[in-house]
Amino acid sequence: MPILEVQELEKCYGKTPVLKGINFSLNKGEVLSIIGSSGSGKTTLLRCINFLETAEKGRILVNGKTIFDADVEKPHTLEEKRQNQLMMGLVFQSFNLFPQYNVLENVSLAVKLLAKSRPGFKQNKKQIYAQIEEDARAIIDRVGLSDKLENYPCELSGGQQQRVAIARALALNPQILCFDEPTSALDPELTGEVLSVIRDLAKEHITMIIVTHEMSFAHDVSDRVIFMDDGIIAEEGAPDILFKAPKTERLRAFLSTVLSR
Amino acid sequence: MFIRVTLSLLEGFSTTCLIFVLTLVMSLPLGLIISFGSMSRFTPLRWLTKVFVWIIRGTPLMLQIITVFYVPGLLFDTPVKSRMTALLIAFVINYAAYFSEIYRGGIESIPKGQYEAGQVLGMTKTQIFFKVVLLQIIKRILPPMSNEIITLVKDTSLARIIAVGELIRAAQDYVTIGYIWPLFYTGVFYLIFCGVLTLIFGYLEKKLDYYKG
Ligand SMILES: Nc1ncnc2c1ncn2[C@@H]1O[C@H](COP(=O)(O)OP(=O)(O)OP(=O)(O)O)[C@@H](O)[C@H]1O
Ligand SMILES: [Mg+2]
Repeated sequence: MPILEVQELEKCYGKTPVLKGINFSLNKGEVLSIIGSSGSGKTTLLRCINFLETAEKGRILVNGKTIFDADVEKPHTLEEKRQNQLMMGLVFQSFNLFPQYNVLENVSLAVKLLAKSRPGFKQNKKQIYAQIEEDARAIIDRVGLSDKLENYPCELSGGQQQRVAIARALALNPQILCFDEPTSALDPELTGEVLSVIRDLAKEHITMIIVTHEMSFAHDVSDRVIFMDDGIIAEEGAPDILFKAPKTERLRAFLSTVLSR
Repeated sequence: MFIRVTLSLLEGFSTTCLIFVLTLVMSLPLGLIISFGSMSRFTPLRWLTKVFVWIIRGTPLMLQIITVFYVPGLLFDTPVKSRMTALLIAFVINYAAYFSEIYRGGIESIPKGQYEAGQVLGMTKTQIFFKVVLLQIIKRILPPMSNEIITLVKDTSLARIIAVGELIRAAQDYVTIGYIWPLFYTGVFYLIFCGVLTLIFGYLEKKLDYYKG
Protein backbone atom coordinates (compact mmCIF):
# COMPACT_ATOMS: atom_id res chain seq x y z
CA MET A 1 0.00 0.00 0.00
CA PRO A 2 1.41 3.42 -0.88
CA ILE A 3 2.24 5.71 2.04
CA LEU A 4 0.72 8.68 0.20
CA GLU A 5 -1.93 8.88 -2.47
CA VAL A 6 -3.02 12.14 -4.01
CA GLN A 7 -6.15 11.90 -6.11
CA GLU A 8 -7.73 14.43 -8.48
CA LEU A 9 -6.37 17.36 -6.49
CA GLU A 10 -7.57 20.76 -7.76
CA LYS A 11 -6.81 24.22 -6.45
CA CYS A 12 -7.62 27.73 -7.71
CA TYR A 13 -6.39 31.09 -6.56
CA GLY A 14 -9.36 33.32 -7.19
CA LYS A 15 -10.45 32.33 -10.67
CA THR A 16 -7.07 31.04 -11.84
CA PRO A 17 -6.81 27.28 -11.69
CA VAL A 18 -3.35 26.37 -10.41
CA LEU A 19 -3.72 22.63 -9.84
CA LYS A 20 -5.94 20.92 -12.40
CA GLY A 21 -6.32 17.37 -11.17
CA ILE A 22 -3.13 15.98 -9.69
CA ASN A 23 -2.78 12.23 -9.25
CA PHE A 24 0.22 10.44 -7.89
CA SER A 25 1.24 8.05 -5.21
CA LEU A 26 4.35 7.48 -3.19
CA ASN A 27 5.70 4.36 -1.55
CA LYS A 28 7.35 4.19 1.81
CA GLY A 29 11.03 4.98 1.57
CA GLU A 30 10.68 6.41 -1.91
CA VAL A 31 12.21 9.70 -3.01
CA LEU A 32 10.10 11.66 -5.45
CA SER A 33 11.33 14.80 -7.19
CA ILE A 34 9.02 17.35 -8.72
CA ILE A 35 10.39 19.50 -11.50
CA GLY A 36 8.69 22.01 -13.73
CA SER A 37 8.87 25.58 -14.87
CA SER A 38 8.08 28.54 -12.67
CA GLY A 39 4.37 28.93 -11.99
CA SER A 40 3.52 25.33 -12.86
CA GLY A 41 2.07 24.78 -9.37
CA LYS A 42 4.82 22.86 -7.56
CA THR A 43 4.76 25.00 -4.42
CA THR A 44 0.97 25.01 -4.40
CA LEU A 45 0.94 21.21 -4.54
CA LEU A 46 3.31 20.94 -1.57
CA ARG A 47 1.26 23.50 0.36
CA CYS A 48 -1.93 21.50 -0.26
CA ILE A 49 -0.25 18.29 0.89
CA ASN A 50 0.93 20.09 4.02
CA PHE A 51 -2.47 21.71 4.60
CA LEU A 52 -1.24 25.26 4.36
CA GLU A 53 -3.77 25.54 1.54
CA THR A 54 -7.04 23.71 1.21
CA ALA A 55 -7.64 22.05 -2.12
CA GLU A 56 -11.08 22.55 -3.66
CA LYS A 57 -11.33 19.07 -5.11
CA GLY A 58 -9.68 15.74 -4.53
CA ARG A 59 -8.47 13.45 -1.82
CA ILE A 60 -5.29 12.81 0.11
CA LEU A 61 -4.69 9.37 1.62
CA VAL A 62 -1.94 8.40 4.00
CA ASN A 63 -1.36 4.67 4.50
CA GLY A 64 -4.67 3.99 2.81
CA LYS A 65 -6.63 6.21 5.18
CA THR A 66 -8.35 9.27 3.74
CA ILE A 67 -7.08 12.26 5.70
CA PHE A 68 -8.46 14.85 3.34
CA ASP A 69 -11.49 14.76 1.10
CA ALA A 70 -12.73 18.00 -0.42
CA ASP A 71 -16.17 16.47 -1.06
CA VAL A 72 -16.90 15.66 2.56
CA GLU A 73 -19.60 17.97 3.84
CA LYS A 74 -18.21 18.89 7.20
CA PRO A 75 -14.99 20.84 7.03
CA HIS A 76 -11.98 19.61 8.93
CA THR A 77 -11.62 20.87 12.44
CA LEU A 78 -8.46 22.75 13.33
CA GLU A 79 -7.41 19.80 15.47
CA GLU A 80 -7.83 17.32 12.58
CA LYS A 81 -5.84 19.63 10.36
CA ARG A 82 -3.08 19.83 12.95
CA GLN A 83 -2.95 16.06 13.27
CA ASN A 84 -2.69 15.82 9.48
CA GLN A 85 0.08 18.38 9.43
CA LEU A 86 2.00 16.29 11.94
CA MET A 87 2.16 13.43 9.44
CA MET A 88 3.95 15.69 6.99
CA GLY A 89 7.10 17.70 7.27
CA LEU A 90 7.93 20.72 5.13
CA VAL A 91 11.22 22.47 4.58
CA PHE A 92 10.74 25.94 3.14
CA GLN A 93 12.76 27.70 0.51
CA SER A 94 13.33 30.57 2.96
CA PHE A 95 14.11 28.35 6.02
CA ASN A 96 11.69 30.18 8.35
CA LEU A 97 13.67 29.36 11.45
CA PHE A 98 12.53 30.99 14.69
CA PRO A 99 15.04 33.82 15.16
CA GLN A 100 14.73 34.10 18.94
CA TYR A 101 15.65 30.46 19.57
CA ASN A 102 19.04 28.84 19.22
CA VAL A 103 19.62 25.75 17.08
CA LEU A 104 18.80 23.27 19.81
CA GLU A 105 15.65 25.16 20.79
CA ASN A 106 14.53 25.49 17.17
CA VAL A 107 14.78 21.73 16.72
CA SER A 108 13.21 20.74 20.04
CA LEU A 109 10.48 23.41 20.49
CA ALA A 110 7.66 21.72 18.56
CA VAL A 111 8.48 18.30 20.01
CA LYS A 112 8.38 19.70 23.53
CA LEU A 113 5.07 21.43 22.91
CA LEU A 114 3.67 18.21 21.51
CA ALA A 115 4.87 16.23 24.51
CA LYS A 116 2.66 18.34 26.78
CA SER A 117 -0.38 16.38 25.65
CA ARG A 118 1.28 13.05 26.40
CA PRO A 119 -0.20 11.15 29.35
CA GLY A 120 1.94 11.44 32.45
CA PHE A 121 3.72 14.53 31.16
CA LYS A 122 3.45 16.49 34.39
CA GLN A 123 5.06 13.78 36.53
CA ASN A 124 7.90 13.05 34.11
CA LYS A 125 8.43 16.48 32.60
CA LYS A 126 12.15 16.55 33.37
CA GLN A 127 12.91 13.14 31.89
CA ILE A 128 10.73 13.76 28.85
CA TYR A 129 12.44 17.07 28.10
CA ALA A 130 15.88 15.56 28.68
CA GLN A 131 15.05 12.75 26.25
CA ILE A 132 13.73 15.22 23.66
CA GLU A 133 16.90 17.27 23.90
CA GLU A 134 19.05 14.22 23.55
CA ASP A 135 17.13 13.19 20.42
CA ALA A 136 17.40 16.73 19.08
CA ARG A 137 21.16 16.69 19.57
CA ALA A 138 21.38 13.42 17.67
CA ILE A 139 19.39 14.87 14.78
CA ILE A 140 21.48 18.03 14.74
CA ASP A 141 24.52 15.81 14.60
CA ARG A 142 23.05 14.08 11.54
CA VAL A 143 22.96 17.40 9.68
CA GLY A 144 26.50 18.14 10.84
CA LEU A 145 25.84 21.06 13.18
CA SER A 146 26.82 19.67 16.57
CA ASP A 147 29.15 22.58 17.11
CA LYS A 148 26.35 25.14 16.59
CA LEU A 149 23.83 23.98 19.19
CA GLU A 150 23.82 27.27 21.05
CA ASN A 151 24.00 29.55 18.04
CA TYR A 152 21.10 31.69 16.87
CA PRO A 153 19.89 31.57 13.25
CA CYS A 154 21.31 35.05 12.58
CA GLU A 155 24.75 33.65 13.37
CA LEU A 156 24.54 30.89 10.77
CA SER A 157 25.14 30.81 7.03
CA GLY A 158 22.18 30.12 4.74
CA GLY A 159 23.30 26.55 4.22
CA GLN A 160 23.58 25.97 7.95
CA GLN A 161 20.17 27.54 8.52
CA GLN A 162 18.60 25.25 5.98
CA ARG A 163 20.21 22.24 7.64
CA VAL A 164 18.72 23.35 10.96
CA ALA A 165 15.35 23.62 9.22
CA ILE A 166 15.75 20.05 7.96
CA ALA A 167 16.65 18.88 11.47
CA ARG A 168 13.65 20.73 12.87
CA ALA A 169 11.31 18.96 10.45
CA LEU A 170 12.96 15.56 11.09
CA ALA A 171 12.61 15.94 14.85
CA LEU A 172 8.86 15.35 14.59
CA ASN A 173 9.48 12.16 12.68
CA PRO A 174 7.04 12.87 9.85
CA GLN A 175 5.82 10.12 7.56
CA ILE A 176 6.73 12.18 4.52
CA LEU A 177 9.25 14.98 4.39
CA CYS A 178 8.67 17.64 1.72
CA PHE A 179 11.18 20.16 0.44
CA ASP A 180 10.28 23.27 -1.55
CA GLU A 181 13.36 24.29 -3.50
CA PRO A 182 15.57 23.86 -0.44
CA THR A 183 18.61 25.40 -2.11
CA SER A 184 17.08 28.18 -4.20
CA ALA A 185 17.74 30.86 -1.60
CA LEU A 186 21.38 29.84 -1.19
CA ASP A 187 24.60 30.99 -2.76
CA PRO A 188 25.86 28.35 -5.21
CA GLU A 189 28.76 27.36 -2.98
CA LEU A 190 26.36 26.54 -0.13
CA THR A 191 23.93 24.32 -2.03
CA GLY A 192 26.25 21.31 -1.84
CA GLU A 193 26.10 20.93 1.94
CA VAL A 194 22.30 20.98 1.95
CA LEU A 195 21.98 18.58 -0.96
CA SER A 196 24.39 16.16 0.67
CA VAL A 197 22.26 16.13 3.83
CA ILE A 198 19.22 15.28 1.70
CA ARG A 199 21.23 12.58 -0.07
CA ASP A 200 22.05 11.04 3.32
CA LEU A 201 18.37 11.04 4.22
CA ALA A 202 17.60 9.27 0.94
CA LYS A 203 20.14 6.59 1.83
CA GLU A 204 18.33 6.11 5.13
CA HIS A 205 15.11 5.63 3.15
CA ILE A 206 13.25 8.60 4.52
CA THR A 207 10.19 9.11 2.34
CA MET A 208 10.63 12.45 0.60
CA ILE A 209 9.06 14.75 -1.96
CA ILE A 210 11.56 17.27 -3.29
CA VAL A 211 10.67 20.22 -5.46
CA THR A 212 13.88 21.30 -7.08
CA HIS A 213 15.52 23.10 -9.95
CA GLU A 214 18.75 21.13 -9.47
CA MET A 215 18.37 18.64 -12.31
CA SER A 216 21.47 16.57 -11.69
CA PHE A 217 20.57 16.28 -8.02
CA ALA A 218 17.03 15.21 -8.90
CA HIS A 219 18.48 12.67 -11.29
CA ASP A 220 20.82 11.16 -8.69
CA VAL A 221 18.68 11.18 -5.61
CA SER A 222 15.19 10.29 -6.84
CA ASP A 223 13.51 6.99 -7.37
CA ARG A 224 10.92 8.74 -9.46
CA VAL A 225 10.50 12.17 -11.02
CA ILE A 226 7.35 14.10 -11.79
CA PHE A 227 7.31 16.87 -14.36
CA MET A 228 4.60 19.42 -13.71
CA ASP A 229 3.37 21.75 -16.37
CA ASP A 230 0.59 24.28 -16.00
CA GLY A 231 -1.14 22.56 -13.09
CA ILE A 232 -0.99 18.99 -14.34
CA ILE A 233 1.49 16.16 -14.16
CA ALA A 234 2.73 16.10 -17.73
CA GLU A 235 5.18 13.28 -17.32
CA GLU A 236 6.28 10.84 -14.65
CA GLY A 237 8.90 8.15 -14.47
CA ALA A 238 12.24 6.85 -13.33
CA PRO A 239 14.91 9.57 -13.53
CA ASP A 240 17.00 7.72 -16.11
CA ILE A 241 14.10 7.43 -18.49
CA LEU A 242 12.56 10.82 -17.83
CA PHE A 243 15.77 12.81 -18.23
CA LYS A 244 17.28 10.79 -21.07
CA ALA A 245 14.20 10.10 -23.11
CA PRO A 246 11.49 12.67 -22.41
CA LYS A 247 8.25 11.69 -24.09
CA THR A 248 6.51 15.05 -24.23
CA GLU A 249 7.56 18.09 -26.18
CA ARG A 250 7.05 20.27 -23.08
CA LEU A 251 9.51 18.31 -20.99
CA ARG A 252 12.03 18.29 -23.80
CA ALA A 253 11.74 22.07 -24.08
CA PHE A 254 11.95 22.49 -20.30
CA LEU A 255 15.03 20.31 -19.99
CA SER A 256 16.81 22.05 -22.82
CA THR A 257 16.26 25.47 -21.23
CA VAL A 258 17.32 24.47 -17.71
CA LEU A 259 20.25 22.36 -18.82
CA SER A 260 21.62 25.03 -21.15
CA ARG A 261 21.71 27.50 -18.25
CA MET B 1 11.29 78.64 49.95
CA PHE B 2 13.10 76.07 47.77
CA ILE B 3 11.90 73.24 49.95
CA ARG B 4 8.37 74.56 50.01
CA VAL B 5 8.32 74.79 46.22
CA THR B 6 9.82 71.33 45.88
CA LEU B 7 7.17 69.88 48.14
CA SER B 8 4.25 71.44 46.30
CA LEU B 9 5.77 70.54 42.94
CA LEU B 10 6.12 66.96 44.20
CA GLU B 11 2.44 67.00 44.96
CA GLY B 12 1.70 68.10 41.40
CA PHE B 13 4.16 65.51 40.18
CA SER B 14 2.28 62.75 41.97
CA THR B 15 -0.82 63.70 39.95
CA THR B 16 1.30 63.66 36.81
CA CYS B 17 2.47 60.15 37.70
CA LEU B 18 -1.09 59.07 38.43
CA ILE B 19 -2.29 60.27 35.03
CA PHE B 20 0.69 58.55 33.42
CA VAL B 21 0.22 55.18 35.12
CA LEU B 22 -3.56 55.01 34.78
CA THR B 23 -3.41 56.02 31.13
CA LEU B 24 -0.85 53.32 30.39
CA VAL B 25 -2.63 50.58 32.33
CA MET B 26 -5.85 51.19 30.43
CA SER B 27 -4.67 52.23 26.99
CA LEU B 28 -2.15 49.42 26.46
CA PRO B 29 -4.82 46.65 26.48
CA LEU B 30 -7.44 48.86 24.80
CA GLY B 31 -4.96 49.60 22.01
CA LEU B 32 -4.52 45.88 21.42
CA ILE B 33 -8.27 45.44 21.05
CA ILE B 34 -8.45 48.36 18.61
CA SER B 35 -5.55 46.90 16.61
CA PHE B 36 -7.51 43.65 16.21
CA GLY B 37 -10.37 45.75 14.87
CA SER B 38 -8.13 47.46 12.36
CA MET B 39 -6.81 44.09 11.15
CA SER B 40 -10.21 42.41 11.11
CA ARG B 41 -11.32 40.56 8.01
CA PHE B 42 -14.79 42.01 8.58
CA THR B 43 -14.60 45.11 6.37
CA PRO B 44 -17.14 47.41 8.14
CA LEU B 45 -15.37 46.89 11.46
CA ARG B 46 -12.02 47.54 9.83
CA TRP B 47 -13.26 50.78 8.31
CA LEU B 48 -14.91 51.87 11.51
CA THR B 49 -11.68 51.46 13.46
CA LYS B 50 -9.69 53.17 10.74
CA VAL B 51 -12.00 56.20 10.82
CA PHE B 52 -11.84 56.21 14.61
CA VAL B 53 -8.04 56.14 14.60
CA TRP B 54 -7.97 58.83 11.93
CA ILE B 55 -10.16 61.14 14.01
CA ILE B 56 -8.20 60.57 17.21
CA ARG B 57 -4.83 60.99 15.58
CA GLY B 58 -6.03 63.80 13.36
CA THR B 59 -7.15 66.15 16.15
CA PRO B 60 -5.17 67.68 19.01
CA LEU B 61 -5.30 65.89 22.34
CA MET B 62 -6.12 69.24 23.91
CA LEU B 63 -9.29 69.47 21.84
CA GLN B 64 -10.22 65.94 22.82
CA ILE B 65 -9.83 66.72 26.52
CA ILE B 66 -12.03 69.79 26.18
CA THR B 67 -14.59 67.81 24.23
CA VAL B 68 -14.85 65.03 26.79
CA PHE B 69 -15.07 67.53 29.61
CA TYR B 70 -17.53 70.07 28.24
CA VAL B 71 -19.63 68.43 25.53
CA PRO B 72 -21.73 66.12 27.77
CA GLY B 73 -22.73 69.15 29.80
CA LEU B 74 -23.57 71.26 26.76
CA LEU B 75 -25.50 68.58 24.89
CA PHE B 76 -27.21 66.55 27.55
CA ASP B 77 -27.05 68.85 30.49
CA THR B 78 -25.11 66.25 32.44
CA PRO B 79 -21.81 67.93 33.24
CA VAL B 80 -18.91 65.57 33.92
CA LYS B 81 -18.48 65.43 37.65
CA SER B 82 -14.85 64.43 37.97
CA ARG B 83 -12.24 66.37 36.03
CA MET B 84 -9.83 63.52 36.49
CA THR B 85 -12.25 60.99 34.96
CA ALA B 86 -12.86 63.21 31.94
CA LEU B 87 -9.15 63.68 31.54
CA LEU B 88 -8.40 59.97 31.77
CA ILE B 89 -11.11 59.11 29.24
CA ALA B 90 -9.53 61.48 26.73
CA PHE B 91 -5.99 60.30 27.44
CA VAL B 92 -6.84 56.59 27.33
CA ILE B 93 -8.73 56.87 24.03
CA ASN B 94 -6.02 59.01 22.48
CA TYR B 95 -3.15 56.78 23.51
CA ALA B 96 -5.01 53.57 22.74
CA ALA B 97 -5.40 54.83 19.16
CA TYR B 98 -1.67 55.48 18.83
CA PHE B 99 -0.75 52.18 20.51
CA SER B 100 -3.14 50.28 18.24
CA GLU B 101 -1.18 51.47 15.22
CA ILE B 102 2.08 50.41 16.83
CA TYR B 103 0.67 46.97 17.64
CA ARG B 104 -0.68 46.63 14.12
CA GLY B 105 2.66 47.56 12.62
CA GLY B 106 4.40 45.02 14.86
CA ILE B 107 1.97 42.21 14.21
CA GLU B 108 1.89 42.77 10.45
CA SER B 109 5.67 42.92 10.22
CA ILE B 110 6.03 39.27 11.27
CA PRO B 111 6.61 37.26 8.10
CA LYS B 112 3.89 34.79 7.14
CA GLY B 113 6.56 32.10 7.08
CA GLN B 114 6.83 32.17 10.87
CA TYR B 115 3.17 31.21 11.27
CA GLU B 116 3.43 28.62 8.50
CA ALA B 117 6.55 27.07 10.02
CA GLY B 118 4.68 26.74 13.30
CA GLN B 119 1.70 25.16 11.53
CA VAL B 120 3.65 22.53 9.65
CA LEU B 121 5.35 21.65 12.94
CA GLY B 122 1.93 20.85 14.33
CA MET B 123 1.68 23.75 16.76
CA THR B 124 -1.70 25.11 17.77
CA LYS B 125 -2.62 28.72 17.04
CA THR B 126 -2.13 29.63 20.68
CA GLN B 127 1.28 28.00 20.77
CA ILE B 128 2.32 29.80 17.59
CA PHE B 129 1.26 33.12 19.08
CA PHE B 130 2.88 32.73 22.47
CA LYS B 131 5.92 30.63 21.61
CA VAL B 132 6.83 31.88 18.15
CA VAL B 133 5.61 35.37 17.33
CA LEU B 134 4.93 37.20 20.60
CA LEU B 135 8.56 37.88 21.50
CA GLN B 136 9.30 38.93 17.93
CA ILE B 137 6.41 41.39 18.06
CA ILE B 138 7.59 42.78 21.40
CA LYS B 139 11.08 43.26 20.04
CA ARG B 140 9.73 45.17 17.07
CA ILE B 141 7.31 47.40 18.92
CA LEU B 142 9.62 48.30 21.78
CA PRO B 143 11.33 51.31 20.11
CA PRO B 144 8.12 53.01 18.89
CA MET B 145 6.43 52.18 22.19
CA SER B 146 9.16 53.82 24.23
CA ASN B 147 8.85 56.91 22.05
CA GLU B 148 5.13 57.11 22.59
CA ILE B 149 5.35 56.48 26.32
CA ILE B 150 7.93 59.22 26.76
CA THR B 151 5.65 61.56 24.85
CA LEU B 152 2.88 60.65 27.30
CA VAL B 153 5.00 61.91 30.22
CA LYS B 154 5.03 65.37 28.68
CA ASP B 155 1.44 65.25 27.42
CA THR B 156 0.23 64.95 31.01
CA SER B 157 0.87 68.70 31.26
CA LEU B 158 -2.23 69.21 29.10
CA ALA B 159 -4.30 68.26 32.15
CA ARG B 160 -4.09 71.80 33.45
CA ILE B 161 -6.44 73.10 30.74
CA ILE B 162 -9.33 71.56 32.65
CA ALA B 163 -7.72 72.50 35.94
CA VAL B 164 -6.37 69.15 37.01
CA GLY B 165 -3.52 69.97 39.35
CA GLU B 166 -0.53 68.34 37.76
CA LEU B 167 3.09 69.47 37.82
CA ILE B 168 3.00 72.55 35.57
CA ARG B 169 -0.14 73.79 37.23
CA ALA B 170 1.51 73.47 40.63
CA ALA B 171 4.32 75.69 39.35
CA GLN B 172 1.91 78.18 37.83
CA ASP B 173 0.43 78.79 41.23
CA TYR B 174 3.79 80.34 42.07
CA VAL B 175 3.91 82.34 38.85
CA THR B 176 0.67 84.07 39.89
CA ILE B 177 2.31 85.19 43.11
CA GLY B 178 5.39 86.46 41.30
CA TYR B 179 7.87 83.57 41.18
CA ILE B 180 8.79 82.39 37.73
CA TRP B 181 11.62 79.96 38.54
CA PRO B 182 9.43 77.08 39.82
CA LEU B 183 8.09 76.80 36.29
CA PHE B 184 11.56 76.08 34.94
CA TYR B 185 12.25 73.84 37.90
CA THR B 186 9.49 71.46 36.68
CA GLY B 187 11.76 70.62 33.77
CA VAL B 188 14.00 68.76 36.20
CA PHE B 189 11.13 66.50 37.20
CA TYR B 190 10.25 65.69 33.59
CA LEU B 191 13.89 65.08 32.72
CA ILE B 192 14.39 62.67 35.59
CA PHE B 193 11.16 60.83 34.83
CA CYS B 194 11.98 60.46 31.13
CA GLY B 195 15.56 59.59 31.97
CA VAL B 196 14.44 56.67 34.11
CA LEU B 197 12.07 55.49 31.36
CA THR B 198 14.85 55.76 28.78
CA LEU B 199 17.07 53.59 30.97
CA ILE B 200 14.33 50.99 31.43
CA PHE B 201 13.57 50.79 27.71
CA GLY B 202 17.25 50.74 26.87
CA TYR B 203 17.66 47.79 29.22
CA LEU B 204 14.71 45.93 27.68
CA GLU B 205 15.95 46.55 24.15
CA LYS B 206 19.37 45.31 25.14
CA LYS B 207 17.83 42.18 26.65
CA LEU B 208 16.15 41.40 23.32
CA ASP B 209 19.28 42.23 21.38
CA TYR B 210 20.63 38.69 21.68
CA TYR B 211 19.13 37.81 18.32
CA LYS B 212 18.53 39.60 15.06
CA GLY B 213 15.53 39.43 12.76
N1 LIG C 1 -1.24 33.16 -2.79
C1 LIG C 1 -1.46 33.21 -4.11
N2 LIG C 1 -2.42 34.00 -4.61
C2 LIG C 1 -2.66 34.05 -5.94
N3 LIG C 1 -1.98 33.35 -6.85
C3 LIG C 1 -1.01 32.55 -6.44
C4 LIG C 1 -0.68 32.44 -5.04
N4 LIG C 1 0.33 31.57 -4.91
C5 LIG C 1 0.63 31.15 -6.16
N5 LIG C 1 -0.16 31.73 -7.09
C6 LIG C 1 -0.12 31.49 -8.53
O1 LIG C 1 -0.24 30.12 -8.73
C7 LIG C 1 0.59 29.69 -9.79
C8 LIG C 1 1.46 28.55 -9.32
O2 LIG C 1 2.33 29.03 -8.30
P1 LIG C 1 3.37 28.10 -7.57
O3 LIG C 1 4.02 28.95 -6.56
O4 LIG C 1 2.70 26.87 -7.10
O5 LIG C 1 4.40 27.76 -8.74
P2 LIG C 1 5.77 27.02 -8.67
O6 LIG C 1 5.69 25.89 -9.62
O7 LIG C 1 6.12 26.71 -7.25
O8 LIG C 1 6.77 28.11 -9.24
P3 LIG C 1 8.27 28.45 -8.84
O9 LIG C 1 9.13 27.47 -9.57
O10 LIG C 1 8.48 29.83 -9.36
O11 LIG C 1 8.39 28.36 -7.36
C9 LIG C 1 1.38 30.91 -10.23
O12 LIG C 1 0.78 31.37 -11.43
C10 LIG C 1 1.20 31.88 -9.13
O13 LIG C 1 1.15 33.19 -9.64
MG1 LIG D 1 7.63 27.39 -5.92
